[in-house]
Amino acid sequence: MTRQDPPPPAGGGCRNAPILRQRGQHEVFCGLTGIIWLHRKMPDAFFLVVGSRTCAHLLQSAAGVMIFAEPRFGTAILEETDLAGLADAQEELEREVARLLSRRPDIRRLFLVGSCPSEVIKLDLARAAERLSARHGPAVRVLNYSGSGIETTFTEGEDACLAAMVPDLPETQDRQLLVVGALPDVVEDQALALLDQLGIGPVRVLPARRAGGDLGIGPGTRFALTQPFLGDTHAALERRGAQHVPAPIPFGEEGTTAWLRAVAREFQVDPDRFDAVTEAPRARARRAIAQAAGPLKGRSAFFFPDSQLEIPLARFLARECGMDPLEVSAPYIHKGIVGPDMDLLPPVPVLAEGQDVEKQLDRCRAARPDLTICGLGLANPLEAEGLATKWSIELVFTPVHFYEQAGDLAALFARPLRRRDALQFEAAP
Amino acid sequence: MKLSIWTYEGPPHVGALRVATAMKGLHYVLHAPQGDTYADLLFTMIERRDRRPPVTYTTFQARDLGSDTAALFRNACQAAYDRFRPEAMIVGASCTAELIQDDPGGMAETMGLPIPVIALELPSYQRRENFGADETFFQIVRALAGPMDKTARPTANLIGPTALGFRHRDDVTEVTSLLNDIGIDVNVTAPWEATPSDIARLDAAHLNVLMYPETGESACRWMERELGLPYTKTVPIGVGATRDFVREVSALTGLPARMDEDRLRLPWYASSVDSTYLTGKRVFLFGDGTHVAAAARIARDEMGFEVVGLGCYNREMARGIRALARDFGVEALITDDYLEVERQIEALSPELILGTQMERHIAKRLGLPCAVISAPVHVQDFPARYSPQMGIEGANVIFDTWIHPLVMGLEEHLLHMFRDDFEFHDEAGPSHHGGHAARPAATPEPAAGPETVARTEGTDSLHWLSEAERELRKVPFFVRGKARKNTETFAADRGLTEISVDTLYEAKAHYAR
Repeated sequence: MTRQDPPPPAGGGCRNAPILRQRGQHEVFCGLTGIIWLHRKMPDAFFLVVGSRTCAHLLQSAAGVMIFAEPRFGTAILEETDLAGLADAQEELEREVARLLSRRPDIRRLFLVGSCPSEVIKLDLARAAERLSARHGPAVRVLNYSGSGIETTFTEGEDACLAAMVPDLPETQDRQLLVVGALPDVVEDQALALLDQLGIGPVRVLPARRAGGDLGIGPGTRFALTQPFLGDTHAALERRGAQHVPAPIPFGEEGTTAWLRAVAREFQVDPDRFDAVTEAPRARARRAIAQAAGPLKGRSAFFFPDSQLEIPLARFLARECGMDPLEVSAPYIHKGIVGPDMDLLPPVPVLAEGQDVEKQLDRCRAARPDLTICGLGLANPLEAEGLATKWSIELVFTPVHFYEQAGDLAALFARPLRRRDALQFEAAP
Repeated sequence: MKLSIWTYEGPPHVGALRVATAMKGLHYVLHAPQGDTYADLLFTMIERRDRRPPVTYTTFQARDLGSDTAALFRNACQAAYDRFRPEAMIVGASCTAELIQDDPGGMAETMGLPIPVIALELPSYQRRENFGADETFFQIVRALAGPMDKTARPTANLIGPTALGFRHRDDVTEVTSLLNDIGIDVNVTAPWEATPSDIARLDAAHLNVLMYPETGESACRWMERELGLPYTKTVPIGVGATRDFVREVSALTGLPARMDEDRLRLPWYASSVDSTYLTGKRVFLFGDGTHVAAAARIARDEMGFEVVGLGCYNREMARGIRALARDFGVEALITDDYLEVERQIEALSPELILGTQMERHIAKRLGLPCAVISAPVHVQDFPARYSPQMGIEGANVIFDTWIHPLVMGLEEHLLHMFRDDFEFHDEAGPSHHGGHAARPAATPEPAAGPETVARTEGTDSLHWLSEAERELRKVPFFVRGKARKNTETFAADRGLTEISVDTLYEAKAHYAR
């Protein structure tokens, strides 16, 4: 049982590798899409987008069938009259919010979510949130953040939402661990159980499932991120005096162990205890990966930018599944967060930030990767060109973190390759 | 401001995308912020298209706001032309770009590209998707179509089918064969798979067949006015409407009305004795105006249902739908608010709902049978099999589709006779995929604590610790049964008598795929 951190790859990691910065057409979601999973994670919250019919249409396209399960999100669609003069926009919003809250008395947190149209016409949603908090508080807290495409890419919507909650939290002097990032409930439970067995506590989670719990922040707070896209939240927590525990993102056996070890060190957990707690789940995770990752060994991978999960995932695929990443691109690279993952990622031919989708498609076609990780706008067209794809959005919606999901994570990437091998349409010989 | 949870139509630029994606050799440069590319996946996923829509988004971000966005637009135009070499381009703004007032049309005009560049004015804050499609196609036709010599043989254009249209692909095939029966060839189908050069040839046809007024009427009116090209007013959905359509085409061309009815089965199926139970079934209809009007006639005259309510979400069709509702002696519901539709359905409590994807969900919630007759629809309504709504096969498809969610005649009687039968009790509903399929019986939540929960089935010697049982509940319901079975098999193989959380995860790792 090793007590060491994972060894760096031959040739060193990627932290200081040159980054190709791309500008041009981006084939990505805007931050509004974060609402799709955030509203499930916070059952007492409502997300009200102030935007256009396009915003409503996007949410509906992304939410698919969920829209009818008593949704806790909606769009206040701007009309001609709202654009003509800003004077009554606040009143319009107050009226819609009052109607909404009278219909839904179970709501404790209301997020006014900015969009491209509301940002361009400079609608002051921060002020609206203050006024509405005064009117509907203390029963309902009204907060504001922007999920607009001009400012946020896909998962950055979650970052903006969490960052907006941080200044609003009470002050505490307690020494505590804060686990930051919206995880599927089952994964969050596993993480909390492991931390509990390690004797680390108290442990709190951001976002909290319910408003008004015992979540506070202060100089005794140490926080660990379970998601790589939380740059603004990271900064907001540091402004409150909390200290970051840098670690790789907990993907795979190695990533999870390194993440837990970083936290355990911070809280002076005895190494013997650490080994005792992690030994069985580590062995399980390794076994599950070994079984699931068969088709991945020696195959090449190409990541289009989507969620900022790309670098930690490439690290997992390269080190634990034997894949060979040809290009890894992310919408944004925050070295303070994904630095530890970059230290472990073997050198890749192209490390890129941002996108010029046509040029990137040219590179992808030239590289002919065995597996292309991309969004749904590109997946079928690339399949039709003969490239196997794995659609990336699933990696945000599926339980993939920590030990017990390590096999599932490998399987997500292996399945398209297994399917390709399985399908055959020729006549029998 | 208007609070909206669900919208029947997207913004107008999505309508423009539907036209651009339907066509070939045309490229759309859309001035839009990062994120508006979400619309691409409507085409690649819902319609399962094997290539990206022919659209370039300028993808401006916050840092570009100011003078930079105009340069961004010009660069995107130039890059799109250089890369794709289209025969023509359309340019326009999405809702956000409309606010920053860059004038895509004016900017593209000054660039001197050697192809027609058609500017679109789509008011995002007043109009919607269908308007966007209709207006875009009209502008393309106005820019490219001109007087032509007529084809020697009688020919017609098929006008209105787009990308993301409900059954447009197969309706085109079916209407083509209806016309062939009369002795008419198709000159151009547009926008569906037409190139800009095809648009220039529209006037060679002897008439236009307006398949979908929502997306083709403005272009047809313009061609009638400017080129003297007449167009059909009957949409051939249903047996009666298809016969009327054939008569109308015959009157416009002077050719005898011929229709090969060998494969037409709806009339006999609707007359056969098993259909007797359909008589007077109360039906509610909602969708786009064209499909609702057609469905209402089929429901009353060809299936023998009672139409208890109808409406549409696209206000462009409101007048016609109001008049139709008066004919049927019911109140028309013109709204794009699905909550109003839900209230109306609850009030009327019909036995069958014919609507869109939203009504399918409303029906599921209210436990009512439902069939889909109109966009917006989901991926299952872009089927692999041939499933038109128009013409002869369309009528057959409609009969099957509408009957499917209903309890079949004999089964309905058995349900009344054996009310407490274990398979036929009220709760179980029909054996078809009706709105009221059986719901799995709820199992009690295991109590907290270390005590065990014995399994009722299988081996008596196997016990689930309640903590493990609770853990199992976190597994999504659709794979929970499999997880339970795998865990028990795994435990039994190892001679275990107790299942702990660890056992559950050991098994999970063992079966990892």
